[in-house]
Amino acid sequence: MIVARTGNEAMAEAMRQINPDVVAAYPITPATEVVQLFSKFVHDGKVTTEFVPAESEHSAISACVGASSAGARVMTSTASQGLALMHEILFIAAGLRLPIVICLVNRSLSSPINIHCDHSDSLASRDAGWIQIFSENTQEAYDSTIMAIKIAEKALLPAMVTTDGFIISHGMERVDMVDDAAVPKWLGTRQPKTSLLDVDNPITLGALDLQDFFFEHKRSEIDAMNRVLPIIDEVQNEFAEKFGRHYPIVDEYKMDDAEVAILAMGSTGGTGKVAVDKMREQGKKVGLVRCRVFRPFPKDQMLKAVTKAKVLGVMDRSDTMSTLGGHLYNECRSILYDSDTRPLLKNYIYGLGGRDISIEDIEDIYTNLFDIQKSGKVDKDIVYYGVRGE
Amino acid sequence: MASLKQLAAQEEKFLGGHRACAGCAATIAARMVLMAAEQPVVVGASTGCLEVVSTIYPYSAWNVPYVHNAFENVAATMSGVEAAYRALKKKGMVKKDLRFIAFGGDGGTYDIGLQALSGMIERRHHVLYVCYNNEAYMNTGIQRSSATPRGAHTTTSPAGTKIPGKIEPRKNLTEIIIAHEPAYAAQATIGYWNDLVTKVRKALDADGPSFINIYAPCRLGWAYVPEKTVKVSKLSVETCVWPLYEYQDGKYRITVKPKEKKPITEFLKQQGRFGHLFKWHDDVPIKEYQEEVDMIWERLLKRSEQ
Amino acid sequence: MKKEKKGWKELPIGLVLEGGSSEEFETGDWRSEKPIWDEEKCTNCFLCWIYCPDSAIIVKDGKVKGIDYRYCKGCGICAEECPPKIQAITMVREEK
Repeated sequence: MIVARTGNEAMAEAMRQINPDVVAAYPITPATEVVQLFSKFVHDGKVTTEFVPAESEHSAISACVGASSAGARVMTSTASQGLALMHEILFIAAGLRLPIVICLVNRSLSSPINIHCDHSDSLASRDAGWIQIFSENTQEAYDSTIMAIKIAEKALLPAMVTTDGFIISHGMERVDMVDDAAVPKWLGTRQPKTSLLDVDNPITLGALDLQDFFFEHKRSEIDAMNRVLPIIDEVQNEFAEKFGRHYPIVDEYKMDDAEVAILAMGSTGGTGKVAVDKMREQGKKVGLVRCRVFRPFPKDQMLKAVTKAKVLGVMDRSDTMSTLGGHLYNECRSILYDSDTRPLLKNYIYGLGGRDISIEDIEDIYTNLFDIQKSGKVDKDIVYYGVRGE
Repeated sequence: MASLKQLAAQEEKFLGGHRACAGCAATIAARMVLMAAEQPVVVGASTGCLEVVSTIYPYSAWNVPYVHNAFENVAATMSGVEAAYRALKKKGMVKKDLRFIAFGGDGGTYDIGLQALSGMIERRHHVLYVCYNNEAYMNTGIQRSSATPRGAHTTTSPAGTKIPGKIEPRKNLTEIIIAHEPAYAAQATIGYWNDLVTKVRKALDADGPSFINIYAPCRLGWAYVPEKTVKVSKLSVETCVWPLYEYQDGKYRITVKPKEKKPITEFLKQQGRFGHLFKWHDDVPIKEYQEEVDMIWERLLKRSEQ
Repeated sequence: MKKEKKGWKELPIGLVLEGGSSEEFETGDWRSEKPIWDEEKCTNCFLCWIYCPDSAIIVKDGKVKGIDYRYCKGCGICAEECPPKIQAITMVREEK
């Protein structure tokens, strides 16, 4: 069914169709609507979910941990400061191997306080042991939310699906929605190995793990992360077979003969594709790589994509505050170390706090990348694109 | 009324082999609460002594389902467990009638976990929250909490030469909880096992959130010999330092009225944490604490008469 | 008697632990004093049982049967709380 929905509406609709056992959430701009719309579904009897309107994001995710430990299928939604407040518990959810799914609307982290999009919130949580899937548009946010349930439950790891705050969350787009009944049928019910509610087989969850066991448990969690990419592939293929839309882990756009390319995440992927088309019309061999799955980092798929170009502009809507550039750039440099073919790399930190990035901006970046190709030298490896005074 | 013979006839739900100090009242409290429960229970604990001593991997003292999440969030965690229970029961995936108990120390309850507890009660989750209250952060080595009474020495409110221990009065958490109008709230202590067991049963039978603040002497932090744990607990009631009362349906009831109200010095002098007060240059700190205890007791007497 | 330390591949997923396993960890060697229970004097009031922090008073068929020295840490609460007229439990120095 084709409908017009904002990113938040689409995510809320996906949640309605998933009909999770428990949703515990707290309002925060720009994710508020997801919770708000979902509450309406609860009060209108459209879902059977037990909704826990928590008194903070910390309690929301804590309640998710409790509910998931009890065997329930559990979701929440948040953004920015909310995710930061959840930070402590994100690690616990992953350590306890609970397949909780967060609909995350990317918004910059304070300070300065701001409500608009950048990726600093989810990327500050990159080491928490959560699968991270970024969306280019509303359709993808909707589809990825549904797929994330299956991925998380197969991997026994929590997952966050993100949209760009306001850009996707509040932008109305065309969405092809799956039939209501088809979603729960495709997902099935969660089959937890253990549950706190099984009083005849009492388990202890979250024990104190000292020097003699902590490392083993962490190693096992890392191993789980190592197994995630094939699971994502499998679920995406199943989804494509059933619903007709296929997503790659790393999205390549006109990369086969691309001389220069950009790598980006989120909605910039969409903006970039329009720029690619425009420049291709002028006969310029440009391409785009979009990182959909940031955690775990898809090394092989990414290497295959980015080594096709001679010059790669890595676009980061975040900074690591390490003086070494943005998150994607760092990952890329790292995976290219062992590669025989290596494109020249340049990092463009852009769009912090929601600063707009236009098609023309991206064309400008491509032009810069061609200059680098021509000279064979990267003038400056990290630039802050679109900031005044640079 | 419960009989010990009946209680002892059931299977132990909190087992030996845990690593609590000898004479620990927190573990006595946990064991009594579980023995009191007549329905199957699911337990959560906040980070703290009880959690640490009872679940050092790969050993667990809990013979009931148990979850530990973090320090400040046991009330939120158990809110989630209880919500999952309602959801899965609705779907017929859980058949049994269960009860939910959250355990937190005074640090995890009075201080860092207060917000989550307030939220749990306001949302009316059917969970019994038990605070095992030993009046300081014992797990990290006896630091003051907002439950620490005035005059007490802790490592962050030390008995100095200028300042005699903690100078602020303790927070009256039970009254804060009562202001939430829970289905049931009470103060108990391990020395009065029957009173405690009765209160746990009332709390678990109440239709909504409940709270019991269990005074649990800590032989290490309070500095007394371990065999005196029960005696010290009883003295707290006899001196009205820890009144035993309950609140339900808008009514206060004092459940154990001391025959003769003893001066608080009877309680204080048993414990090293107050030792410096008896050597202090004046009697002001003890007098002030006595006045506070008297005021709260008098107010409670009035409320319970209404 | 300590549990075998397994490698990470053998551990259950997600930090799950079987309930009630602490009984495999004995804390009896912490004792410096030992409670001695006198069956003759015991009236089975169960006060020692309810106040024991270590669940170390053995009760069977409605009667106290002794002290579980595998877990008893020798805190002395049982001896202290045994009614003064009964005194069925006395503390003695632990011989090692």
